[in-house]
Amino acid sequence: MITLTHFLVLGAILFSLSIAGIFLNRKNIILLLMAIELMLLAVNMNFVAFSYYLDDLAGQVFVFFILTVAAAEAAIGLAILVVLYRNRSTINVQDIDNLKG
Amino acid sequence: MFSALAMITVRNPVHAALFLVLAFFTSGALWLLLEAEFLGIVLVLVYVGAVMVLFLFVVMMLDINIAKMRAGYAKYLPVGLLVGAAMAAEMIIILTKSNFEHVQANAKPADYSNTQELGKLLFTEYVYPFEIAGVILLVAIIAAITLTMRKRAVSKQQKPHEQISVQRKDRVRLANLDRE
Repeated sequence: MITLTHFLVLGAILFSLSIAGIFLNRKNIILLLMAIELMLLAVNMNFVAFSYYLDDLAGQVFVFFILTVAAAEAAIGLAILVVLYRNRSTINVQDIDNLKG
Repeated sequence: MFSALAMITVRNPVHAALFLVLAFFTSGALWLLLEAEFLGIVLVLVYVGAVMVLFLFVVMMLDINIAKMRAGYAKYLPVGLLVGAAMAAEMIIILTKSNFEHVQANAKPADYSNTQELGKLLFTEYVYPFEIAGVILLVAIIAAITLTMRKRAVSKQQKPHEQISVQRKDRVRLANLDRE
């Protein structure tokens, strides 16, 4: 029998994996953005699981809005990335330190 | 159930995007099992259909020196794995200690439609956030287009203000020609 705990643990593992991914791929902005998407997925997993087990649809409505915002964020992030690459011809995080004080 | 753990390999090369697609597919299937049919399908459509195509597009458009990107990977490996493992361990310990076992989902009636219920809720109680979400998407579209648009030197476009404000002296030139 699959209980709520299983889904919460799955969400926790996904979240931790994406944190490890952010640490491992700090050079590559594209992979950083992907890790953020994975994080949002983990959170959404928790929301859906709670909404199913507690019989409350509000959680699913929330997931809907999170998906919307995540899509918008990915689109704008990638657009910024493309402009950045066009101007600097690099997406290495360590090369982008113009604002360093 | 834990097949989504297959994307532990997400860390590897630019194939990471494809593994991320796999992860989204598996979690979409999990949401279907949780009777969140609408959201499961929307996840597959929006993420696999749109966002991941966008990611792959950008990955292929900017061809990046992967070898240079991989430099320092080994340096961050221990600390990254340590932080990740510590977080996972803490959360799993807390979650397994806390007692969620008694929480059981009530059986739904046979003609229950997740999409219909979600739609009712979305258009009554959550209309205002729904419209804000629409505006956010519109802003995202416009921002992405304006950010990536650039003027091309060869593009032929009309300049109406110059065309209207043209004067006679700009176009007509009186020339004195010698009589033969």
